[in-house]
Amino acid sequence: MITLFIISLLGVIAMLAEILKFKKLLAPLTLLGLIAAMGAGVSEWNNPVFIPVFNNMLLFNHYALAFSISLCLVTFLWFLMAQDYLKTETAITDHYALILFSLAGGIVLTAFGNMVMLFLGIEILSIPLYILAGSRKTDLASNEASFKYFLLGAFAIGFLLFGIALIYGATGSFELNTINQYILQHPGEMPAFFYAGILLIIAGLAFKVSAAPFHFWTPDVYQGAPTMITAFMSTIVKIAAFAGFFRLFSTCFVSVADSWNQLIGILAIISMLLGNITAIRQDSFKRMLAYSSISHAGYLLLAILAINNHSAGAIFLYTLAYAVASITAFAVLKKVYALKNNDLIESFNGLAKRNPLLALSITIAMLSLAGIPPTGGFFAKYVIFNTALTGGHLWLVIIAVIASLIGVYYYFKAIIASWFKPATDENLIELSLQDKLLLIITTLLTLAIGLFPEFILNLLS
Amino acid sequence: MQTIHNIPMNMYLLLSTVLFSIGVFGVLLRRNAIIIFMCVELMLNAVNLLFVAFSAYLGDTQGQVFVFFIMAVAAAEVAVGLAILTMIHRNTGSVDIETLNKLKH
Repeated sequence: MITLFIISLLGVIAMLAEILKFKKLLAPLTLLGLIAAMGAGVSEWNNPVFIPVFNNMLLFNHYALAFSISLCLVTFLWFLMAQDYLKTETAITDHYALILFSLAGGIVLTAFGNMVMLFLGIEILSIPLYILAGSRKTDLASNEASFKYFLLGAFAIGFLLFGIALIYGATGSFELNTINQYILQHPGEMPAFFYAGILLIIAGLAFKVSAAPFHFWTPDVYQGAPTMITAFMSTIVKIAAFAGFFRLFSTCFVSVADSWNQLIGILAIISMLLGNITAIRQDSFKRMLAYSSISHAGYLLLAILAINNHSAGAIFLYTLAYAVASITAFAVLKKVYALKNNDLIESFNGLAKRNPLLALSITIAMLSLAGIPPTGGFFAKYVIFNTALTGGHLWLVIIAVIASLIGVYYYFKAIIASWFKPATDENLIELSLQDKLLLIITTLLTLAIGLFPEFILNLLS
Repeated sequence: MQTIHNIPMNMYLLLSTVLFSIGVFGVLLRRNAIIIFMCVELMLNAVNLLFVAFSAYLGDTQGQVFVFFIMAVAAAEVAVGLAILTMIHRNTGSVDIETLNKLKH
Protein backbone atom coordinates (compact mmCIF):
# COMPACT_ATOMS: atom_id res chain seq x y z
CA MET A 1 0.00 0.00 0.00
CA ILE A 2 2.75 2.44 1.02
CA THR A 3 4.58 1.52 -2.19
CA LEU A 4 1.67 2.83 -4.25
CA PHE A 5 1.51 6.05 -2.19
CA ILE A 6 5.24 6.70 -2.55
CA ILE A 7 5.19 6.16 -6.32
CA SER A 8 2.14 8.38 -6.87
CA LEU A 9 3.64 11.09 -4.65
CA LEU A 10 6.91 10.93 -6.59
CA GLY A 11 4.94 11.48 -9.80
CA VAL A 12 3.34 14.61 -8.34
CA ILE A 13 6.73 15.83 -7.06
CA ALA A 14 8.16 15.33 -10.56
CA MET A 15 5.48 17.65 -11.95
CA LEU A 16 6.16 20.23 -9.23
CA ALA A 17 9.89 20.16 -10.08
CA GLU A 18 9.17 22.14 -13.23
CA ILE A 19 7.36 24.91 -11.34
CA LEU A 20 9.55 25.03 -8.22
CA LYS A 21 12.76 24.68 -10.27
CA PHE A 22 14.53 21.71 -8.70
CA LYS A 23 14.92 19.71 -11.91
CA LYS A 24 18.54 18.87 -11.06
CA LEU A 25 17.45 17.07 -7.90
CA LEU A 26 14.81 15.01 -9.66
CA ALA A 27 17.02 12.11 -10.77
CA PRO A 28 18.52 11.28 -7.34
CA LEU A 29 15.15 11.95 -5.70
CA THR A 30 13.38 9.47 -7.99
CA LEU A 31 16.02 6.78 -7.48
CA LEU A 32 15.83 7.23 -3.69
CA GLY A 33 12.04 7.20 -3.85
CA LEU A 34 12.05 3.93 -5.78
CA ILE A 35 14.38 2.38 -3.19
CA ALA A 36 12.06 3.65 -0.43
CA ALA A 37 9.08 2.14 -2.28
CA MET A 38 10.84 -1.22 -2.48
CA GLY A 39 11.74 -0.96 1.21
CA ALA A 40 8.10 -0.21 2.08
CA GLY A 41 7.06 -3.30 0.15
CA VAL A 42 9.58 -5.46 1.99
CA SER A 43 8.52 -4.08 5.38
CA GLU A 44 4.89 -4.99 4.69
CA TRP A 45 5.88 -8.54 3.75
CA ASN A 46 5.78 -9.92 7.29
CA ASN A 47 2.39 -8.45 8.20
CA PRO A 48 0.36 -11.18 9.93
CA VAL A 49 -2.85 -10.33 8.04
CA PHE A 50 -3.44 -8.47 4.80
CA ILE A 51 -6.41 -6.17 5.10
CA PRO A 52 -8.19 -5.06 1.91
CA VAL A 53 -8.18 -1.28 1.54
CA PHE A 54 -10.72 1.18 0.06
CA ASN A 55 -13.71 -1.12 0.44
CA ASN A 56 -12.04 -4.22 -1.05
CA MET A 57 -10.75 -2.24 -4.04
CA LEU A 58 -7.13 -3.19 -3.43
CA LEU A 59 -5.56 -6.05 -1.52
CA PHE A 60 -1.80 -6.02 -1.00
CA ASN A 61 -1.07 -9.66 -0.24
CA HIS A 62 2.23 -11.47 -0.85
CA TYR A 63 1.45 -11.80 -4.55
CA ALA A 64 0.86 -8.06 -4.97
CA LEU A 65 3.84 -7.08 -2.81
CA ALA A 66 6.23 -9.36 -4.69
CA PHE A 67 5.13 -8.00 -8.07
CA SER A 68 5.17 -4.37 -6.85
CA ILE A 69 8.72 -4.76 -5.57
CA SER A 70 9.77 -6.37 -8.84
CA LEU A 71 8.12 -3.53 -10.81
CA CYS A 72 9.94 -0.92 -8.71
CA LEU A 73 13.24 -2.78 -9.12
CA VAL A 74 12.91 -2.93 -12.90
CA THR A 75 11.90 0.75 -13.03
CA PHE A 76 14.95 1.57 -10.90
CA LEU A 77 17.18 -0.21 -13.43
CA TRP A 78 15.29 1.52 -16.24
CA PHE A 79 15.97 4.96 -14.72
CA LEU A 80 19.68 4.09 -14.44
CA MET A 81 19.67 3.09 -18.10
CA ALA A 82 17.61 6.03 -19.37
CA GLN A 83 19.57 8.87 -17.71
CA ASP A 84 21.21 9.90 -21.03
CA TYR A 85 17.87 9.81 -22.81
CA LEU A 86 16.17 11.83 -20.07
CA LYS A 87 18.96 14.42 -20.21
CA THR A 88 18.43 15.06 -23.91
CA GLU A 89 14.66 15.31 -23.74
CA THR A 90 13.43 18.86 -23.40
CA ALA A 91 10.49 18.06 -21.15
CA ILE A 92 12.36 16.12 -18.48
CA THR A 93 9.86 16.55 -15.68
CA ASP A 94 7.00 15.36 -17.87
CA HIS A 95 8.93 12.23 -18.71
CA TYR A 96 9.60 11.48 -15.06
CA ALA A 97 6.00 12.14 -14.08
CA LEU A 98 4.52 10.05 -16.89
CA ILE A 99 6.82 7.10 -16.20
CA LEU A 100 6.05 7.19 -12.48
CA PHE A 101 2.29 7.43 -13.03
CA SER A 102 2.50 4.53 -15.43
CA LEU A 103 4.33 2.55 -12.76
CA ALA A 104 1.58 3.45 -10.26
CA GLY A 105 -0.95 1.97 -12.71
CA GLY A 106 1.16 -1.17 -12.89
CA ILE A 107 1.14 -1.49 -9.11
CA VAL A 108 -2.65 -1.11 -9.05
CA LEU A 109 -2.80 -3.96 -11.60
CA THR A 110 -0.89 -6.27 -9.28
CA ALA A 111 -3.16 -5.60 -6.31
CA PHE A 112 -6.71 -5.08 -7.56
CA GLY A 113 -9.61 -6.80 -5.82
CA ASN A 114 -12.35 -5.29 -7.93
CA MET A 115 -12.99 -5.03 -11.68
CA VAL A 116 -13.09 -1.21 -11.38
CA MET A 117 -9.46 -1.22 -10.30
CA LEU A 118 -8.54 -3.65 -13.07
CA PHE A 119 -9.93 -1.17 -15.60
CA LEU A 120 -8.36 1.88 -13.92
CA GLY A 121 -5.03 0.10 -13.48
CA ILE A 122 -4.80 -0.76 -17.17
CA GLU A 123 -5.73 2.79 -18.17
CA ILE A 124 -3.29 4.44 -15.75
CA LEU A 125 -0.60 2.10 -17.03
CA SER A 126 -1.37 2.78 -20.71
CA ILE A 127 -2.36 6.44 -21.12
CA PRO A 128 1.07 7.87 -20.11
CA LEU A 129 2.68 5.43 -22.52
CA TYR A 130 0.55 6.60 -25.46
CA ILE A 131 2.09 10.03 -24.87
CA LEU A 132 5.62 8.75 -24.28
CA ALA A 133 5.58 6.59 -27.43
CA GLY A 134 4.94 9.77 -29.42
CA SER A 135 7.38 11.95 -27.51
CA ARG A 136 9.50 12.61 -30.61
CA LYS A 137 6.97 15.03 -31.97
CA THR A 138 8.50 15.63 -35.40
CA ASP A 139 9.50 12.02 -36.05
CA LEU A 140 6.86 10.28 -38.17
CA ALA A 141 7.82 6.81 -36.95
CA SER A 142 7.26 7.91 -33.36
CA ASN A 143 3.92 9.50 -34.33
CA GLU A 144 2.80 6.32 -36.02
CA ALA A 145 3.85 4.17 -33.08
CA SER A 146 1.99 6.40 -30.67
CA PHE A 147 -1.17 6.42 -32.79
CA LYS A 148 -1.20 2.67 -33.29
CA TYR A 149 -0.58 2.02 -29.61
CA PHE A 150 -3.33 4.42 -28.62
CA LEU A 151 -5.87 3.10 -31.09
CA LEU A 152 -5.36 -0.58 -30.35
CA GLY A 153 -5.13 0.13 -26.62
CA ALA A 154 -8.51 1.88 -26.69
CA PHE A 155 -9.94 -0.88 -28.90
CA ALA A 156 -8.75 -3.55 -26.43
CA ILE A 157 -10.21 -1.65 -23.49
CA GLY A 158 -13.57 -1.71 -25.28
CA PHE A 159 -13.49 -5.52 -25.39
CA LEU A 160 -12.36 -5.76 -21.78
CA LEU A 161 -15.19 -3.47 -20.62
CA PHE A 162 -17.83 -5.34 -22.61
CA GLY A 163 -16.59 -8.52 -20.95
CA ILE A 164 -16.75 -6.94 -17.50
CA ALA A 165 -20.29 -5.72 -18.22
CA LEU A 166 -21.46 -9.21 -19.19
CA ILE A 167 -19.91 -10.74 -16.07
CA TYR A 168 -21.52 -8.06 -13.94
CA GLY A 169 -24.86 -8.88 -15.54
CA ALA A 170 -24.45 -12.57 -14.77
CA THR A 171 -23.12 -12.33 -11.21
CA GLY A 172 -24.26 -8.90 -10.01
CA SER A 173 -20.89 -7.81 -8.67
CA PHE A 174 -17.49 -6.39 -9.57
CA GLU A 175 -15.65 -7.85 -6.60
CA LEU A 176 -13.44 -10.78 -7.53
CA ASN A 177 -14.25 -12.76 -4.38
CA THR A 178 -17.99 -12.16 -4.64
CA ILE A 179 -17.96 -13.24 -8.29
CA ASN A 180 -16.05 -16.37 -7.37
CA GLN A 181 -18.52 -17.15 -4.55
CA TYR A 182 -21.45 -16.65 -6.92
CA ILE A 183 -19.96 -19.00 -9.50
CA LEU A 184 -19.34 -21.66 -6.85
CA GLN A 185 -22.89 -21.38 -5.51
CA HIS A 186 -24.50 -21.69 -8.96
CA PRO A 187 -22.54 -24.44 -10.70
CA GLY A 188 -23.78 -25.08 -14.23
CA GLU A 189 -26.40 -22.34 -14.02
CA MET A 190 -24.43 -19.46 -15.48
CA PRO A 191 -26.05 -17.85 -18.55
CA ALA A 192 -24.28 -18.13 -21.92
CA PHE A 193 -23.33 -14.46 -21.93
CA PHE A 194 -21.22 -15.03 -18.80
CA TYR A 195 -18.90 -17.24 -20.82
CA ALA A 196 -18.93 -14.72 -23.67
CA GLY A 197 -17.79 -12.18 -21.07
CA ILE A 198 -14.81 -14.33 -20.10
CA LEU A 199 -13.80 -14.69 -23.75
CA LEU A 200 -14.03 -10.92 -24.31
CA ILE A 201 -11.90 -10.28 -21.22
CA ILE A 202 -9.30 -12.73 -22.53
CA ALA A 203 -9.30 -10.91 -25.90
CA GLY A 204 -8.86 -7.52 -24.19
CA LEU A 205 -6.02 -8.72 -21.96
CA ALA A 206 -4.34 -10.62 -24.81
CA PHE A 207 -4.04 -7.29 -26.63
CA LYS A 208 -2.31 -5.80 -23.58
CA VAL A 209 0.16 -8.67 -23.11
CA SER A 210 0.62 -8.82 -26.92
CA ALA A 211 -0.25 -12.48 -27.33
CA ALA A 212 -0.90 -13.63 -30.90
CA PRO A 213 -3.27 -13.22 -32.78
CA PHE A 214 -3.72 -9.87 -30.99
CA HIS A 215 -0.06 -8.95 -31.38
CA PHE A 216 0.03 -7.09 -34.72
CA TRP A 217 0.61 -3.67 -33.12
CA THR A 218 3.66 -4.82 -31.13
CA PRO A 219 6.45 -4.81 -33.76
CA ASP A 220 5.44 -1.43 -35.19
CA VAL A 221 5.06 0.23 -31.81
CA TYR A 222 8.29 -1.24 -30.43
CA GLN A 223 10.19 -0.12 -33.51
CA GLY A 224 8.72 3.36 -33.80
CA ALA A 225 8.79 4.45 -30.16
CA PRO A 226 12.02 5.91 -28.71
CA THR A 227 14.27 3.01 -27.66
CA MET A 228 14.09 3.76 -23.94
CA ILE A 229 10.30 3.89 -24.03
CA THR A 230 10.27 0.57 -25.88
CA ALA A 231 12.39 -0.85 -23.06
CA PHE A 232 9.80 0.37 -20.56
CA MET A 233 6.92 -1.07 -22.58
CA SER A 234 8.49 -4.47 -23.02
CA THR A 235 9.38 -4.86 -19.34
CA ILE A 236 7.09 -2.98 -16.94
CA VAL A 237 3.93 -3.26 -19.04
CA LYS A 238 4.55 -6.96 -19.61
CA ILE A 239 5.08 -7.71 -15.91
CA ALA A 240 2.09 -5.64 -14.81
CA ALA A 241 -0.27 -6.96 -17.48
CA PHE A 242 0.61 -10.58 -16.70
CA ALA A 243 0.35 -9.96 -12.95
CA GLY A 244 -3.16 -8.58 -13.53
CA PHE A 245 -4.13 -11.33 -15.99
CA PHE A 246 -3.11 -14.06 -13.55
CA ARG A 247 -4.66 -12.36 -10.53
CA LEU A 248 -8.00 -12.07 -12.32
CA PHE A 249 -8.10 -15.62 -13.61
CA SER A 250 -6.70 -17.33 -10.52
CA THR A 251 -9.06 -15.67 -8.05
CA CYS A 252 -12.15 -15.19 -10.17
CA PHE A 253 -12.57 -17.69 -12.99
CA VAL A 254 -10.58 -20.66 -11.75
CA SER A 255 -13.75 -22.66 -11.01
CA VAL A 256 -14.90 -22.46 -14.64
CA ALA A 257 -11.44 -23.19 -16.04
CA ASP A 258 -12.80 -25.72 -18.53
CA SER A 259 -14.58 -22.99 -20.48
CA TRP A 260 -11.46 -20.89 -21.20
CA ASN A 261 -8.61 -23.40 -20.96
CA GLN A 262 -8.60 -24.32 -24.62
CA LEU A 263 -8.69 -20.73 -25.82
CA ILE A 264 -5.66 -19.79 -23.70
CA GLY A 265 -3.92 -22.93 -24.98
CA ILE A 266 -4.51 -21.89 -28.60
CA LEU A 267 -3.30 -18.34 -27.91
CA ALA A 268 -0.17 -19.77 -26.28
CA ILE A 269 0.60 -22.07 -29.22
CA ILE A 270 0.11 -19.33 -31.84
CA SER A 271 2.17 -16.81 -29.82
CA MET A 272 5.07 -19.19 -29.25
CA LEU A 273 5.32 -20.41 -32.82
CA LEU A 274 4.51 -17.19 -34.64
CA GLY A 275 6.70 -15.05 -32.36
CA ASN A 276 9.74 -17.27 -32.71
CA ILE A 277 9.41 -18.02 -36.42
CA THR A 278 8.83 -14.40 -37.45
CA ALA A 279 11.69 -13.20 -35.23
CA ILE A 280 14.14 -15.23 -37.33
CA ARG A 281 13.49 -13.09 -40.40
CA GLN A 282 14.11 -9.75 -38.67
CA ASP A 283 17.20 -7.64 -39.39
CA SER A 284 16.29 -4.96 -36.87
CA PHE A 285 17.23 -5.82 -33.30
CA LYS A 286 14.31 -3.87 -31.89
CA ARG A 287 11.79 -5.70 -34.11
CA MET A 288 13.42 -8.99 -33.17
CA LEU A 289 12.94 -8.18 -29.48
CA ALA A 290 9.31 -7.30 -30.24
CA TYR A 291 8.65 -10.72 -31.78
CA SER A 292 10.60 -12.37 -28.98
CA SER A 293 8.36 -10.59 -26.47
CA ILE A 294 5.33 -12.08 -28.26
CA SER A 295 6.82 -15.56 -27.88
CA HIS A 296 7.54 -14.93 -24.19
CA ALA A 297 3.88 -13.97 -23.77
CA GLY A 298 3.10 -17.42 -25.17
CA TYR A 299 5.26 -19.20 -22.57
CA LEU A 300 3.73 -17.12 -19.78
CA LEU A 301 0.22 -18.07 -20.93
CA LEU A 302 1.16 -21.69 -20.20
CA ALA A 303 1.40 -20.85 -16.51
CA ILE A 304 -2.01 -19.16 -16.59
CA LEU A 305 -3.42 -22.20 -18.39
CA ALA A 306 -2.19 -24.63 -15.73
CA ILE A 307 -3.36 -22.70 -12.67
CA ASN A 308 -1.96 -24.46 -9.61
CA ASN A 309 0.09 -23.67 -6.51
CA HIS A 310 3.27 -23.10 -8.47
CA SER A 311 1.84 -20.83 -11.21
CA ALA A 312 2.21 -17.54 -9.32
CA GLY A 313 5.84 -18.26 -8.46
CA ALA A 314 6.53 -19.40 -12.02
CA ILE A 315 5.08 -16.21 -13.54
CA PHE A 316 6.96 -14.07 -11.03
CA LEU A 317 10.29 -15.76 -11.73
CA TYR A 318 9.76 -15.70 -15.49
CA THR A 319 8.72 -12.04 -15.74
CA LEU A 320 11.60 -10.98 -13.51
CA ALA A 321 14.22 -12.96 -15.48
CA TYR A 322 12.75 -11.73 -18.77
CA ALA A 323 12.63 -8.08 -17.66
CA VAL A 324 16.19 -8.00 -16.30
CA ALA A 325 17.59 -9.63 -19.46
CA SER A 326 15.56 -7.23 -21.64
CA ILE A 327 16.88 -4.21 -19.75
CA THR A 328 20.44 -5.45 -20.41
CA ALA A 329 19.68 -5.96 -24.10
CA PHE A 330 18.17 -2.49 -24.42
CA ALA A 331 21.09 -0.90 -22.54
CA VAL A 332 23.52 -2.44 -25.06
CA LEU A 333 21.25 -1.50 -27.97
CA LYS A 334 21.17 2.09 -26.70
CA LYS A 335 24.99 2.24 -26.86
CA VAL A 336 25.13 0.64 -30.32
CA TYR A 337 22.33 2.85 -31.61
CA ALA A 338 24.15 5.97 -30.42
CA LEU A 339 27.19 5.00 -32.54
CA LYS A 340 25.62 3.68 -35.73
CA ASN A 341 22.26 5.42 -35.67
CA ASN A 342 20.48 2.22 -36.67
CA ASP A 343 19.28 -0.85 -34.78
CA LEU A 344 20.30 -3.57 -37.25
CA ILE A 345 21.80 -6.75 -35.83
CA GLU A 346 24.80 -6.11 -38.12
CA SER A 347 25.63 -3.09 -36.00
CA PHE A 348 26.67 -5.49 -33.23
CA ASN A 349 29.51 -6.83 -35.42
CA GLY A 350 32.83 -6.93 -33.62
CA LEU A 351 31.44 -5.62 -30.35
CA ALA A 352 33.73 -7.90 -28.33
CA LYS A 353 36.83 -6.17 -29.68
CA ARG A 354 35.45 -2.72 -29.15
CA ASN A 355 34.15 -3.22 -25.65
CA PRO A 356 34.18 -6.67 -23.97
CA LEU A 357 31.75 -5.65 -21.22
CA LEU A 358 29.04 -4.78 -23.76
CA ALA A 359 29.60 -8.06 -25.61
CA LEU A 360 29.58 -10.10 -22.40
CA SER A 361 26.36 -8.50 -21.13
CA ILE A 362 24.52 -8.96 -24.42
CA THR A 363 25.66 -12.59 -24.48
CA ILE A 364 24.36 -13.30 -20.98
CA ALA A 365 21.12 -11.46 -21.75
CA MET A 366 20.56 -13.39 -24.99
CA LEU A 367 21.38 -16.70 -23.29
CA SER A 368 18.84 -15.86 -20.60
CA LEU A 369 16.15 -14.94 -23.13
CA ALA A 370 16.89 -18.11 -25.11
CA GLY A 371 16.67 -20.17 -21.90
CA ILE A 372 20.16 -21.65 -21.66
CA PRO A 373 21.72 -22.54 -18.29
CA PRO A 374 23.09 -21.21 -15.98
CA THR A 375 21.11 -18.00 -16.60
CA GLY A 376 17.81 -16.99 -15.00
CA GLY A 377 15.89 -17.56 -18.22
CA PHE A 378 16.64 -21.29 -18.19
CA PHE A 379 15.19 -21.93 -14.75
CA ALA A 380 12.26 -19.64 -15.45
CA LYS A 381 11.40 -21.64 -18.58
CA TYR A 382 11.99 -24.90 -16.73
CA VAL A 383 9.61 -23.91 -13.94
CA ILE A 384 6.94 -22.74 -16.41
CA PHE A 385 7.15 -25.98 -18.42
CA ASN A 386 7.10 -28.00 -15.22
CA THR A 387 3.98 -26.16 -14.05
CA ALA A 388 2.28 -26.89 -17.37
CA LEU A 389 3.29 -30.56 -17.16
CA THR A 390 1.81 -30.85 -13.65
CA GLY A 391 -1.41 -29.47 -15.14
CA GLY A 392 -1.32 -32.30 -17.72
CA HIS A 393 -0.59 -30.23 -20.84
CA LEU A 394 2.05 -32.50 -22.34
CA TRP A 395 1.46 -31.47 -25.97
CA LEU A 396 1.68 -27.80 -25.21
CA VAL A 397 5.00 -28.33 -23.44
CA ILE A 398 6.37 -30.26 -26.43
CA ILE A 399 5.36 -27.38 -28.74
CA ALA A 400 6.87 -24.89 -26.29
CA VAL A 401 10.19 -26.77 -26.25
CA ILE A 402 10.28 -26.84 -30.06
CA ALA A 403 9.45 -23.12 -30.17
CA SER A 404 12.22 -22.26 -27.73
CA LEU A 405 14.70 -24.30 -29.79
CA ILE A 406 13.76 -22.15 -32.80
CA GLY A 407 14.27 -19.14 -30.54
CA VAL A 408 17.86 -20.13 -29.78
CA TYR A 409 18.73 -19.51 -33.45
CA TYR A 410 17.89 -15.82 -33.57
CA TYR A 411 19.18 -15.01 -30.10
CA PHE A 412 22.52 -16.46 -31.17
CA LYS A 413 22.60 -14.17 -34.21
CA ALA A 414 23.34 -11.24 -31.89
CA ILE A 415 25.92 -13.25 -29.91
CA ILE A 416 27.71 -14.44 -33.07
CA ALA A 417 27.69 -10.92 -34.51
CA SER A 418 29.33 -9.46 -31.44
CA TRP A 419 32.04 -12.13 -30.96
CA PHE A 420 32.89 -13.57 -34.37
CA LYS A 421 32.03 -11.03 -37.07
CA PRO A 422 34.67 -8.45 -38.05
CA ALA A 423 33.97 -4.89 -36.97
CA THR A 424 33.67 -2.09 -39.50
CA ASP A 425 35.59 0.28 -37.27
CA GLU A 426 37.91 -0.80 -34.50
CA ASN A 427 37.68 2.16 -32.17
CA LEU A 428 37.01 1.33 -28.55
CA ILE A 429 33.63 2.27 -27.14
CA GLU A 430 33.72 4.39 -23.99
CA LEU A 431 31.15 3.60 -21.33
CA SER A 432 30.08 6.00 -18.62
CA LEU A 433 30.33 4.83 -15.01
CA GLN A 434 26.55 4.65 -14.83
CA ASP A 435 26.32 2.37 -17.86
CA LYS A 436 29.07 0.10 -16.55
CA LEU A 437 27.33 -0.14 -13.19
CA LEU A 438 23.98 -0.91 -14.81
CA LEU A 439 25.38 -3.61 -17.10
CA ILE A 440 27.23 -5.26 -14.21
CA ILE A 441 24.16 -5.16 -11.94
CA THR A 442 21.77 -6.59 -14.55
CA THR A 443 24.22 -9.29 -15.68
CA LEU A 444 24.86 -10.37 -12.10
CA LEU A 445 21.12 -10.32 -11.40
CA THR A 446 20.49 -12.57 -14.41
CA LEU A 447 23.10 -15.03 -13.14
CA ALA A 448 21.83 -14.74 -9.56
CA ILE A 449 18.28 -15.59 -10.63
CA GLY A 450 19.76 -18.62 -12.39
CA LEU A 451 21.74 -19.73 -9.35
CA PHE A 452 19.08 -19.18 -6.68
CA PRO A 453 15.71 -19.67 -8.38
CA GLU A 454 14.39 -21.56 -5.34
CA PHE A 455 14.57 -18.43 -3.20
CA ILE A 456 12.35 -16.46 -5.60
CA LEU A 457 9.96 -19.36 -6.17
CA ASN A 458 9.49 -19.93 -2.45
CA LEU A 459 8.34 -16.35 -1.99
CA LEU A 460 5.03 -17.12 -3.67
CA SER A 461 4.21 -20.72 -2.94
CA MET B 1 -38.32 2.10 -13.29
CA GLN B 2 -41.44 0.16 -14.29
CA THR B 3 -41.15 1.22 -17.93
CA ILE B 4 -37.58 -0.02 -18.03
CA HIS B 5 -38.71 -3.44 -16.83
CA ASN B 6 -41.42 -3.58 -19.50
CA ILE B 7 -38.70 -4.15 -22.05
CA PRO B 8 -37.00 -7.52 -21.56
CA MET B 9 -33.33 -7.52 -20.54
CA ASN B 10 -32.35 -9.43 -23.67
CA MET B 11 -33.41 -6.46 -25.81
CA TYR B 12 -30.90 -4.22 -24.05
CA LEU B 13 -28.27 -6.91 -24.41
CA LEU B 14 -29.05 -7.17 -28.12
CA LEU B 15 -29.01 -3.41 -28.64
CA SER B 16 -25.66 -2.93 -26.93
CA THR B 17 -24.14 -5.88 -28.79
CA VAL B 18 -25.29 -4.38 -32.10
CA LEU B 19 -23.93 -0.93 -31.18
CA PHE B 20 -20.68 -2.49 -30.00
CA SER B 21 -20.32 -4.45 -33.24
CA ILE B 22 -20.95 -1.33 -35.32
CA GLY B 23 -18.12 0.31 -33.37
CA VAL B 24 -15.79 -2.64 -33.90
CA PHE B 25 -16.44 -2.82 -37.63
CA GLY B 26 -16.06 0.94 -37.89
CA VAL B 27 -12.62 0.77 -36.28
CA LEU B 28 -11.60 -2.07 -38.56
CA LEU B 29 -12.98 -0.73 -41.85
CA ARG B 30 -12.88 3.07 -41.82
CA ARG B 31 -9.80 4.98 -42.95
CA ASN B 32 -10.38 8.39 -41.39
CA ALA B 33 -8.78 8.63 -37.94
CA ILE B 34 -11.53 10.91 -36.56
CA ILE B 35 -14.24 8.45 -37.60
CA ILE B 36 -12.21 5.68 -35.97
CA PHE B 37 -12.15 7.67 -32.71
CA MET B 38 -15.90 8.06 -32.90
CA CYS B 39 -16.26 4.31 -33.39
CA VAL B 40 -14.14 3.63 -30.31
CA GLU B 41 -16.43 5.99 -28.38
CA LEU B 42 -19.42 4.13 -29.76
CA MET B 43 -17.98 0.88 -28.39
CA LEU B 44 -17.48 2.43 -24.94
CA ASN B 45 -20.99 3.91 -24.94
CA ALA B 46 -22.49 0.56 -25.91
CA VAL B 47 -20.77 -0.80 -22.80
CA ASN B 48 -22.14 2.09 -20.73
CA LEU B 49 -25.65 1.32 -21.92
CA LEU B 50 -25.21 -2.31 -20.95
CA PHE B 51 -23.90 -1.40 -17.50
CA VAL B 52 -26.84 0.89 -16.82
CA ALA B 53 -29.36 -1.68 -18.08
CA PHE B 54 -27.89 -4.47 -15.93
CA SER B 55 -27.70 -2.08 -13.00
CA ALA B 56 -31.41 -1.28 -13.28
CA TYR B 57 -32.42 -4.93 -13.63
CA LEU B 58 -30.26 -6.13 -10.75
CA GLY B 59 -31.37 -3.21 -8.55
CA ASP B 60 -27.71 -2.51 -7.80
CA THR B 61 -26.01 0.88 -8.12
CA GLN B 62 -22.44 -0.35 -8.65
CA GLY B 63 -22.95 -0.59 -12.39
CA GLN B 64 -23.97 3.06 -12.64
CA VAL B 65 -20.91 4.15 -10.68
CA PHE B 66 -18.72 2.18 -13.07
CA VAL B 67 -20.25 4.18 -15.94
CA PHE B 68 -18.92 7.39 -14.39
CA PHE B 69 -15.46 5.87 -14.25
CA ILE B 70 -15.67 4.86 -17.90
CA MET B 71 -16.84 8.33 -18.94
CA ALA B 72 -14.04 10.07 -17.03
CA VAL B 73 -11.33 7.77 -18.32
CA ALA B 74 -12.69 7.89 -21.88
CA ALA B 75 -12.54 11.69 -21.74
CA ALA B 76 -8.90 11.55 -20.65
CA GLU B 77 -8.15 9.02 -23.34
CA VAL B 78 -9.76 11.06 -26.09
CA ALA B 79 -7.84 14.15 -24.96
CA VAL B 80 -4.60 12.23 -25.44
CA GLY B 81 -5.81 10.67 -28.69
CA LEU B 82 -6.79 13.98 -30.24
CA ALA B 83 -3.44 15.46 -29.22
CA ILE B 84 -1.66 12.61 -31.00
CA LEU B 85 -3.86 13.16 -34.03
CA THR B 86 -3.11 16.91 -34.08
CA MET B 87 0.59 16.07 -33.98
CA ILE B 88 0.19 13.71 -36.93
CA HIS B 89 -1.84 16.23 -38.88
CA ARG B 90 0.87 18.85 -38.33
CA ASN B 91 3.51 16.49 -39.73
CA THR B 92 1.65 14.86 -42.62
CA GLY B 93 -1.21 17.25 -43.33
CA SER B 94 -3.71 14.39 -43.27
CA VAL B 95 -5.78 12.30 -40.87
CA ASP B 96 -6.01 9.33 -43.21
CA ILE B 97 -4.47 6.30 -41.50
CA GLU B 98 -3.14 5.11 -44.88
CA THR B 99 -0.43 7.77 -44.53
CA LEU B 100 0.83 5.97 -41.44
CA ASN B 101 2.84 3.18 -43.04
CA LYS B 102 6.42 4.18 -42.32
CA LEU B 103 7.02 1.13 -40.11
CA LYS B 104 7.19 -1.97 -42.23
CA HIS B 105 8.93 -5.27 -41.80
